[in-house]
Amino acid sequence: MVDHADALADRVWRRYDRKQRLIRYAVLLATVLVIYWAVRDIDIFWPWVWDAPNQISRLGARMWPPDPSRLAAIVNALLETVHIATLATALTIFIALPVSYIAAQNTTPNRACLWLGRFILVASRSVNTIIWALLFVAIFGPGVLAGILAIMFRSVGFIGKLMGEAIEEIDRRPVEAMEATGASKAKVIAYAIVPQVMPAFFAIVILRWDINIRESTVLGLVGAGGIGVILQGAIDTFAWPTVATILIAIVVLVLIGEAITSLLRGKVL
Amino acid sequence: MTRPDGTGLPRTWRKPPFIANPALRYGLWLAATVYLVWALGSLPFNWERIGEGLPRAARIFGGGFPPSFERSGLLISGFKESFQIAILATLLGVALSIPFAVMAAKNVAPRPIYLFGRAVIIVSRSFHPVIVAILFVAAVGFGPLAGILTLTIYSIGFVGKLLAEEIEEIDWGQVEAMKAAGAGYLATLVYAVFPQILPRQVGLSMYQLDSNLRASAVVGIVGAGGIGGTLMNAFGRYDYDFAFAILLTIIAVILVSEGISGWVRKQIW
Repeated sequence: MVDHADALADRVWRRYDRKQRLIRYAVLLATVLVIYWAVRDIDIFWPWVWDAPNQISRLGARMWPPDPSRLAAIVNALLETVHIATLATALTIFIALPVSYIAAQNTTPNRACLWLGRFILVASRSVNTIIWALLFVAIFGPGVLAGILAIMFRSVGFIGKLMGEAIEEIDRRPVEAMEATGASKAKVIAYAIVPQVMPAFFAIVILRWDINIRESTVLGLVGAGGIGVILQGAIDTFAWPTVATILIAIVVLVLIGEAITSLLRGKVL
Repeated sequence: MTRPDGTGLPRTWRKPPFIANPALRYGLWLAATVYLVWALGSLPFNWERIGEGLPRAARIFGGGFPPSFERSGLLISGFKESFQIAILATLLGVALSIPFAVMAAKNVAPRPIYLFGRAVIIVSRSFHPVIVAILFVAAVGFGPLAGILTLTIYSIGFVGKLLAEEIEEIDWGQVEAMKAAGAGYLATLVYAVFPQILPRQVGLSMYQLDSNLRASAVVGIVGAGGIGGTLMNAFGRYDYDFAFAILLTIIAVILVSEGISGWVRKQIW
């Protein structure tokens, strides 16, 4: 903001009128106040903040060089992680498809089903995977089952919501044509709806599988299986070089997952 | 299903299979089955412990209902901290995402810097925030500071990536005009590049604030401050009615924040 710009402002083009400008200043002021409140009120011991870069670089130094001696166990745990993500994604499909069918406005049998479907989708998506995992570990004990269920419960909302939107966007005419010939409900679904949502279905499932690989790397931190178990163990025993190896392994896994995803996407779409 | 009506042609129409090549079609089915069997066989399920699940679930849900809002003081202070973590992390993350986005944009950064920027974004996107959180808790200790640092990294990964893509798609004419006028690198960035990406940046910041608020609920599970810690404690003490009260509040807060952020983004775009 240059000073003399204000003096000239009346003669030149203005982007916003007075009301818009006032709103913008009010929003800016509110933002600054909220940030000020957050900085002043938060329970932080400030000397630690200034020391943080120091502490972080020391932790980094302790991790270097990575120790590959437990690589076999790490690779095994990574495989377990992939299995959890893949099995959970595959199983989710069986739940998400019926839910998306009743949660889509044009296919739902009645309003009660519509709201039931929507409720399932919202409840599933509002709870984070790791919180689902916490709940299932409390119920079924630590282990991969809790992990698979946690990923499933989170994915139902994701896949179901996107599939529901895909179903809502279908062309009605094939459905009407089939109904006019007196086709049964099952046949209408199989021949008029499924072919139309097939590409969307594969794209959504592949996308969620990619997300689930990342999500399943942390399940072990609350005891729900996968690489997180080893990571937590290594951190608890201060085995920092092993931690570094695990972190590198996770990055490699995620990159491989991304490569597979983009390959599949190219093939399917 | 052919009908002997003299023509020898099948009278019943059959849907063409999704994958035309039968070898590939059955091959994929076979591969999927083999994988499922192998994955299920290799995962360590503790069936004995899982068998106890149903009575435990009954006890947990029995203990959880009705949710108890008795210790609302704890609930409010936990959420306050989550909000503060989300706000400060968004501020830091969005500010830092700008230099990293410039580095990671092919059209404005020299190649070695581009590769460095990309690497930073890829690594910070590979790790789930909970993994980053345990590392920061190990480095700087328990509390909101670790949460802020974690979500800052998380924001850099997400906002930086999308912003870099935005920079790569800018209108190059303005940059050339600035260069032709003899402007330096920094002046070109400030006057030709930033105005083009600013609206997108504001929208992304709102989205990231919403997303950070969600994530701040889970980083607490590993000790990085906020409501997640309160939730973890409630679970650990078998205090299920309080835990369910926290969960319900988290869902409500996330729904409200999603609504607000969606509304604001609609106003901006």
